[in-house]
Amino acid sequence: MAVEQTDAQLVSRCRAGDPDAWNEFVERFSRYVYAICSRGFRLAEPDAEDVFQEVFARAFERLSELRSDDAVRPWLAQLTRRLCIDRLRLSARDMPSDAEPDEREADDVLATLDDAMTVRAALDKVGDPCREILDRFFCRDESYRTIGDLLDIPAGTIASRISRCLDKVRSELDGRNRGSGPS
Amino acid sequence: MNGFDEEQIGRLLRLLPPAPEGWVRAAQELPAARAALDELVARAEQDAAFRLQLRADLERAVAAAGYEPSPFIVSRLRQLLEAV
Repeated sequence: MAVEQTDAQLVSRCRAGDPDAWNEFVERFSRYVYAICSRGFRLAEPDAEDVFQEVFARAFERLSELRSDDAVRPWLAQLTRRLCIDRLRLSARDMPSDAEPDEREADDVLATLDDAMTVRAALDKVGDPCREILDRFFCRDESYRTIGDLLDIPAGTIASRISRCLDKVRSELDGRNRGSGPS
Repeated sequence: MNGFDEEQIGRLLRLLPPAPEGWVRAAQELPAARAALDELVARAEQDAAFRLQLRADLERAVAAAGYEPSPFIVSRLRQLLEAV
Protein backbone atom coordinates (compact mmCIF):
# COMPACT_ATOMS: atom_id res chain seq x y z
CA MET A 1 0.00 0.00 0.00
CA ALA A 2 1.34 3.43 -0.93
CA VAL A 3 2.11 5.69 1.99
CA GLU A 4 -0.31 8.59 2.02
CA GLN A 5 1.50 11.92 1.95
CA THR A 6 0.58 14.90 4.08
CA ASP A 7 -0.82 18.00 2.41
CA ALA A 8 2.47 19.78 3.07
CA GLN A 9 4.50 17.03 1.41
CA LEU A 10 2.22 17.09 -1.61
CA VAL A 11 2.45 20.88 -1.95
CA SER A 12 6.21 20.67 -1.66
CA ARG A 13 6.33 18.16 -4.53
CA CYS A 14 4.09 20.42 -6.65
CA ARG A 15 6.45 23.32 -6.05
CA ALA A 16 9.41 21.17 -7.03
CA GLY A 17 7.75 20.48 -10.39
CA ASP A 18 7.08 16.79 -9.82
CA PRO A 19 4.86 15.95 -12.83
CA ASP A 20 2.64 13.54 -10.86
CA ALA A 21 2.18 15.82 -7.87
CA TRP A 22 -0.24 18.23 -9.52
CA ASN A 23 -2.50 15.35 -10.57
CA GLU A 24 -2.52 14.10 -6.99
CA PHE A 25 -3.16 17.61 -5.71
CA VAL A 26 -6.25 18.00 -7.93
CA GLU A 27 -7.37 14.48 -7.04
CA ARG A 28 -7.04 15.17 -3.31
CA PHE A 29 -8.84 18.51 -3.21
CA SER A 30 -11.32 18.24 -6.09
CA ARG A 31 -14.11 16.85 -3.89
CA TYR A 32 -13.57 19.61 -1.34
CA VAL A 33 -13.69 22.45 -3.87
CA TYR A 34 -16.66 20.85 -5.61
CA ALA A 35 -18.54 20.46 -2.33
CA ILE A 36 -17.93 24.07 -1.32
CA CYS A 37 -19.31 25.25 -4.66
CA SER A 38 -22.28 22.93 -4.79
CA ARG A 39 -23.20 22.40 -1.11
CA GLY A 40 -21.78 25.47 0.57
CA PHE A 41 -22.94 28.04 -1.95
CA ARG A 42 -25.37 25.96 -4.04
CA LEU A 43 -23.99 27.26 -7.30
CA ALA A 44 -25.68 26.09 -10.47
CA GLU A 45 -23.63 23.48 -12.34
CA PRO A 46 -22.12 25.81 -15.01
CA ASP A 47 -21.16 28.39 -12.37
CA ALA A 48 -19.74 25.68 -10.12
CA GLU A 49 -17.62 24.41 -12.99
CA ASP A 50 -16.27 27.89 -13.75
CA VAL A 51 -15.39 28.47 -10.11
CA PHE A 52 -13.88 24.98 -9.79
CA GLN A 53 -11.56 25.59 -12.75
CA GLU A 54 -10.65 29.07 -11.58
CA VAL A 55 -9.77 27.80 -8.10
CA PHE A 56 -7.33 25.25 -9.48
CA ALA A 57 -5.94 27.72 -12.04
CA ARG A 58 -5.18 30.21 -9.26
CA ALA A 59 -3.86 27.49 -7.00
CA PHE A 60 -1.51 26.37 -9.77
CA GLU A 61 -0.30 29.91 -10.38
CA ARG A 62 -0.01 30.94 -6.75
CA LEU A 63 1.06 27.85 -4.89
CA SER A 64 4.45 29.46 -4.37
CA GLU A 65 2.78 32.31 -2.45
CA LEU A 66 1.40 29.95 0.18
CA ARG A 67 3.02 30.91 3.47
CA SER A 68 2.75 27.49 5.05
CA ASP A 69 2.41 24.28 3.06
CA ASP A 70 0.32 22.87 5.91
CA ALA A 71 -2.27 25.60 5.34
CA VAL A 72 -3.22 24.57 1.83
CA ARG A 73 -6.67 23.28 2.78
CA PRO A 74 -7.90 26.49 4.48
CA TRP A 75 -6.22 28.50 1.72
CA LEU A 76 -8.17 26.61 -0.94
CA ALA A 77 -11.36 26.92 1.10
CA GLN A 78 -11.00 30.70 1.33
CA LEU A 79 -10.13 31.01 -2.33
CA THR A 80 -13.17 28.94 -3.31
CA ARG A 81 -15.40 30.83 -0.90
CA ARG A 82 -14.34 34.19 -2.31
CA LEU A 83 -14.84 33.11 -5.91
CA CYS A 84 -18.27 31.62 -5.11
CA ILE A 85 -19.38 34.87 -3.47
CA ASP A 86 -18.08 36.88 -6.43
CA ARG A 87 -19.99 34.61 -8.78
CA LEU A 88 -23.22 34.89 -6.79
CA ARG A 89 -22.94 38.68 -6.61
CA LEU A 90 -22.40 38.82 -10.35
CA SER A 91 -25.53 36.71 -10.87
CA ALA A 92 -27.49 38.90 -8.48
CA ARG A 93 -26.42 41.99 -10.43
CA ASP A 94 -27.62 40.43 -13.67
CA MET A 95 -30.82 39.13 -12.09
CA PRO A 96 -31.70 41.36 -9.11
CA SER A 97 -34.32 38.92 -7.85
CA ASP A 98 -31.55 36.55 -6.80
CA ALA A 99 -30.88 36.78 -3.09
CA GLU A 100 -27.46 37.80 -1.79
CA PRO A 101 -25.37 34.82 -0.71
CA ASP A 102 -25.96 33.77 2.88
CA GLU A 103 -22.32 33.78 3.95
CA ARG A 104 -22.98 32.67 7.52
CA GLU A 105 -24.92 29.63 6.43
CA ALA A 106 -22.22 28.84 3.87
CA ASP A 107 -19.52 29.16 6.52
CA ASP A 108 -21.34 26.62 8.69
CA VAL A 109 -21.33 24.21 5.76
CA LEU A 110 -17.64 24.94 5.14
CA ALA A 111 -16.81 24.02 8.74
CA THR A 112 -18.63 20.71 8.29
CA LEU A 113 -16.85 20.10 5.00
CA ASP A 114 -13.55 20.70 6.75
CA ASP A 115 -14.48 17.90 9.17
CA ALA A 116 -15.44 15.78 6.19
CA MET A 117 -11.99 16.35 4.65
CA THR A 118 -10.36 15.26 7.91
CA VAL A 119 -12.40 12.05 7.80
CA ARG A 120 -11.52 11.63 4.14
CA ALA A 121 -7.82 11.99 4.95
CA ALA A 122 -8.18 9.30 7.62
CA LEU A 123 -9.91 7.06 5.07
CA ASP A 124 -7.05 7.63 2.62
CA LYS A 125 -4.63 6.66 5.37
CA VAL A 126 -6.56 3.44 6.05
CA GLY A 127 -6.31 2.72 2.32
CA ASP A 128 -7.87 -0.02 0.20
CA PRO A 129 -10.00 -2.08 0.29
CA CYS A 130 -11.77 0.02 2.96
CA ARG A 131 -11.26 3.22 1.00
CA GLU A 132 -12.92 1.77 -2.06
CA ILE A 133 -15.78 0.12 -0.19
CA LEU A 134 -16.65 3.20 1.87
CA ASP A 135 -16.19 5.53 -1.08
CA ARG A 136 -18.52 3.48 -3.23
CA PHE A 137 -21.14 3.14 -0.51
CA PHE A 138 -21.17 6.62 1.02
CA CYS A 139 -19.78 8.93 -1.66
CA ARG A 140 -21.03 7.26 -4.84
CA ASP A 141 -24.23 5.91 -3.29
CA GLU A 142 -23.76 2.44 -4.77
CA SER A 143 -25.82 -0.52 -3.54
CA TYR A 144 -24.43 -3.58 -1.73
CA ARG A 145 -25.06 -5.60 -4.87
CA THR A 146 -23.19 -3.16 -7.15
CA ILE A 147 -20.25 -2.98 -4.76
CA GLY A 148 -20.21 -6.75 -4.38
CA ASP A 149 -20.26 -7.27 -8.14
CA LEU A 150 -17.56 -4.67 -8.82
CA LEU A 151 -15.21 -5.83 -6.08
CA ASP A 152 -16.05 -9.51 -6.37
CA ILE A 153 -17.21 -9.69 -2.76
CA PRO A 154 -20.39 -11.51 -1.63
CA ALA A 155 -23.09 -8.83 -1.32
CA GLY A 156 -24.18 -10.33 2.01
CA THR A 157 -20.85 -9.44 3.59
CA ILE A 158 -20.75 -5.79 2.48
CA ALA A 159 -22.61 -4.44 5.52
CA SER A 160 -20.19 -6.08 7.96
CA ARG A 161 -17.21 -4.91 5.91
CA ILE A 162 -18.55 -1.34 5.94
CA SER A 163 -18.94 -1.56 9.71
CA ARG A 164 -15.37 -2.85 10.18
CA CYS A 165 -13.99 -0.20 7.82
CA LEU A 166 -15.82 2.59 9.65
CA ASP A 167 -14.27 1.28 12.85
CA LYS A 168 -10.82 1.45 11.26
CA VAL A 169 -11.41 5.05 10.17
CA ARG A 170 -12.58 5.93 13.67
CA SER A 171 -9.43 4.36 15.14
CA GLU A 172 -7.29 6.31 12.67
CA LEU A 173 -9.05 9.53 13.67
CA ASP A 174 -8.64 8.71 17.36
CA GLY A 175 -4.94 8.07 16.75
CA ARG A 176 -4.59 11.45 15.09
CA ASN A 177 -6.31 13.18 17.98
CA ARG A 178 -4.06 11.47 20.51
CA GLY A 179 -1.01 12.24 18.38
CA SER A 180 -1.84 15.92 18.01
CA GLY A 181 -1.75 16.46 21.79
CA PRO A 182 -2.84 19.60 23.61
CA SER A 183 -2.61 22.83 21.64
CA MET B 1 -11.86 17.76 15.80
CA ASN B 2 -13.21 15.47 18.48
CA GLY B 3 -13.97 11.78 18.11
CA PHE B 4 -16.71 10.97 15.64
CA ASP B 5 -18.74 7.79 15.88
CA GLU B 6 -19.27 5.53 12.88
CA GLU B 7 -22.58 7.12 11.97
CA GLN B 8 -21.05 10.60 11.89
CA ILE B 9 -18.13 9.33 9.83
CA GLY B 10 -20.52 7.91 7.26
CA ARG B 11 -22.55 11.11 7.18
CA LEU B 12 -19.42 13.22 6.66
CA LEU B 13 -18.11 10.95 3.90
CA ARG B 14 -21.41 11.41 2.05
CA LEU B 15 -20.72 15.15 1.87
CA LEU B 16 -17.76 14.62 -0.44
CA PRO B 17 -18.92 12.92 -3.63
CA PRO B 18 -16.42 12.91 -6.49
CA ALA B 19 -16.32 15.99 -8.69
CA PRO B 20 -17.31 15.37 -12.32
CA GLU B 21 -14.50 13.53 -14.09
CA GLY B 22 -14.24 16.09 -16.88
CA TRP B 23 -13.72 18.91 -14.40
CA VAL B 24 -10.97 17.01 -12.63
CA ARG B 25 -9.25 16.14 -15.90
CA ALA B 26 -9.35 19.76 -17.08
CA ALA B 27 -7.80 20.92 -13.81
CA GLN B 28 -5.12 18.26 -14.06
CA GLU B 29 -4.21 19.50 -17.53
CA LEU B 30 -3.42 22.99 -16.24
CA PRO B 31 0.38 22.58 -16.36
CA ALA B 32 0.18 21.75 -20.09
CA ALA B 33 -2.26 24.62 -20.62
CA ARG B 34 0.13 26.95 -18.82
CA ALA B 35 2.97 25.94 -21.13
CA ALA B 36 0.74 26.54 -24.16
CA LEU B 37 -0.27 29.92 -22.78
CA ASP B 38 3.37 30.95 -22.40
CA GLU B 39 4.03 30.03 -26.02
CA LEU B 40 0.97 31.95 -27.22
CA VAL B 41 1.95 35.02 -25.21
CA ALA B 42 5.49 34.90 -26.58
CA ARG B 43 4.14 34.70 -30.12
CA ALA B 44 1.69 37.53 -29.53
CA GLU B 45 4.48 39.74 -28.25
CA GLN B 46 6.52 39.19 -31.39
CA ASP B 47 3.80 39.00 -34.04
CA ALA B 48 1.52 42.01 -34.53
CA ALA B 49 -0.69 40.17 -37.03
CA PHE B 50 -1.28 37.38 -34.51
CA ARG B 51 -2.17 39.98 -31.88
CA LEU B 52 -4.79 41.38 -34.23
CA GLN B 53 -6.19 37.90 -34.83
CA LEU B 54 -6.42 37.34 -31.09
CA ARG B 55 -8.27 40.59 -30.60
CA ALA B 56 -10.66 39.84 -33.46
CA ASP B 57 -11.58 36.30 -32.44
CA LEU B 58 -9.55 34.94 -29.59
CA GLU B 59 -10.79 31.37 -29.57
CA ARG B 60 -10.46 30.94 -33.31
CA ALA B 61 -6.95 32.44 -33.31
CA VAL B 62 -5.85 30.11 -30.53
CA ALA B 63 -7.25 27.09 -32.35
CA ALA B 64 -5.71 28.23 -35.66
CA ALA B 65 -2.35 28.45 -33.91
CA GLY B 66 -2.69 24.77 -33.05
CA TYR B 67 -3.74 25.03 -29.40
CA GLU B 68 -6.85 23.92 -27.58
CA PRO B 69 -8.77 27.06 -26.60
CA SER B 70 -9.44 25.83 -23.06
CA PRO B 71 -11.25 28.13 -20.61
CA PHE B 72 -7.96 28.68 -18.77
CA ILE B 73 -6.07 29.78 -21.90
CA VAL B 74 -8.92 31.93 -23.17
CA SER B 75 -9.53 33.69 -19.86
CA ARG B 76 -5.85 34.38 -19.20
CA LEU B 77 -5.20 35.61 -22.76
CA ARG B 78 -8.24 37.87 -22.55
CA GLN B 79 -6.93 39.34 -19.32
CA LEU B 80 -3.52 39.95 -20.88
CA LEU B 81 -4.99 41.57 -24.00
CA GLU B 82 -7.20 43.84 -21.92
CA ALA B 83 -4.21 44.89 -19.85
CA VAL B 84 -2.16 45.90 -22.93
